[in-house]
Amino acid sequence: MNGDSNERPMISLRDVSKSFNGKKVLDGLSIDVARGETVVIVGGSGTGKSVTLKHMIGLIRPDSGHIIVAGEDLCCMSTLDLNHFRQRFGMSFQEGALFDSMNVFENIAFPLRRHTDKSEDEIRTRVHECLDLVHLEGVESRRPSELSGGMRRRVGFARAISLEPEILLFDEPTTGLDPVISDIVAGLILEMDDRLGTTTVTITHDMKVAFKIADRVAMLHEGRVIESGTPDEFRASANPIVQQFIEGRAEGPLTESSVLSP
Amino acid sequence: MNGILDRFGQLFLTLFEDIGRWFQMLFRTGFWSVRRPYEVNEWVRQMVRVGVDSIPVVALTAMFTGMVMSLQTFNGFQRVHAENFVGSVVALAMLRELSPVLVGLMVTGRIGSAMAAEIGTMRVTEQIDALEALATNPVHYLFVPRVIAGLTMLPLLTLFGNALGVYGGRLVAVNLMHANPVLYDQNTYQFLEINDLTSGLIKAAVFGTILTVTGCTKGYFTTGGAEGVGRSTTEAVVMASLMILLSDFFLTKMLF
Repeated sequence: MNGDSNERPMISLRDVSKSFNGKKVLDGLSIDVARGETVVIVGGSGTGKSVTLKHMIGLIRPDSGHIIVAGEDLCCMSTLDLNHFRQRFGMSFQEGALFDSMNVFENIAFPLRRHTDKSEDEIRTRVHECLDLVHLEGVESRRPSELSGGMRRRVGFARAISLEPEILLFDEPTTGLDPVISDIVAGLILEMDDRLGTTTVTITHDMKVAFKIADRVAMLHEGRVIESGTPDEFRASANPIVQQFIEGRAEGPLTESSVLSP
Repeated sequence: MNGILDRFGQLFLTLFEDIGRWFQMLFRTGFWSVRRPYEVNEWVRQMVRVGVDSIPVVALTAMFTGMVMSLQTFNGFQRVHAENFVGSVVALAMLRELSPVLVGLMVTGRIGSAMAAEIGTMRVTEQIDALEALATNPVHYLFVPRVIAGLTMLPLLTLFGNALGVYGGRLVAVNLMHANPVLYDQNTYQFLEINDLTSGLIKAAVFGTILTVTGCTKGYFTTGGAEGVGRSTTEAVVMASLMILLSDFFLTKMLF
């Protein structure tokens, strides 16, 4: 479901470039995400997927270009405004990034305690709702170090949705999980997306997950989007780089310039 | 030759970068410290960590320093028949210099390093990014409670160290060196001025700020996984200790 053409996109990256230590990671990247759309950004390791996602929430500021979210340009915001603006986002990190000084309950309650006037009872109710949504129960008093990888991700999801955000960002939600758990987590993202009606951006290099959850798949290569379309259009892409990535072959244009090729 | 110059240039650049960052983070901490929400629970937790948990270490350090001071000066002063001034010397040295500096260095080892390791680990496991994504400024949430704890707890620890140091000195002088207890007590307080106490406490507050800001800043800018966390921890201790010793000289010059 591509966004209505007369509706402004929810997230719009325009000509974003970013270098780290002289190495260009994003090179004039542009991508639009319509309101309510689920976009999956795929690409090899080190192609700037995480960097793209962190730009969307203003964790990284671009060297040049604009990031417009809900009509507001993040680049021109003060630290205080940006801090406040981030309440509209929920983000889940690669390894969950749960606060290890707190237990599961406190992790999910953290944004609620800081940003809402809810009473302890209301907070408890909301935490249980969030845990229900990710199909976890009875883990409230556990420490993050006592959870399995899949459970940590799910607690991370629950924390991300606790403030009822309009935009959800998932950074490699299934990396390091076994195929079955990966599929369950992907299903969970789909379910959360349906029930909350959020705009969702997921980055992954797992094509199975990408095809399962995406309204639209975009592929990142050398700091730009080289292909974008519905899962079916993406599968049928004539671009040999895209085909190589989907099939996961060692030989092809993706690896030709790298040291791996003979 | 060029290689050596390169090295030196790089070294100076790193040094200035470190100093610049340090002051930047100090100002940002000041900026955020007056902003809501005030995380009172977190403040108290850090104060307990910096203050209460350091009591045993500070007690031992101050006590034995006072005892050694007394022993050394007694031996020396006996040669010129100035034993009566041992009490004054011990008290002055403890209040003005030894107690704040030693407390500062001990707490740096205990807490400055722990803060660098803790915040460094949060950085490399993306917990700091997660804080920001949850609309929480990391300086507000992590730096402010820690720096406030250092600023307030170090003077209190120093006060406690003063008392134990002076008491340790008296213990050795009276029980071991057989000084006259009445005369010793009299001499201890005779030459003390209120400024001796306050200058020591001001120093302690500055040292507390230095060691917490350094620990937090080193942790915050950690890169490179577990190895990076180790490097940050070491650098935090070295940098904070050096800054405490250097600033001690200038503070003494200013506060006299």
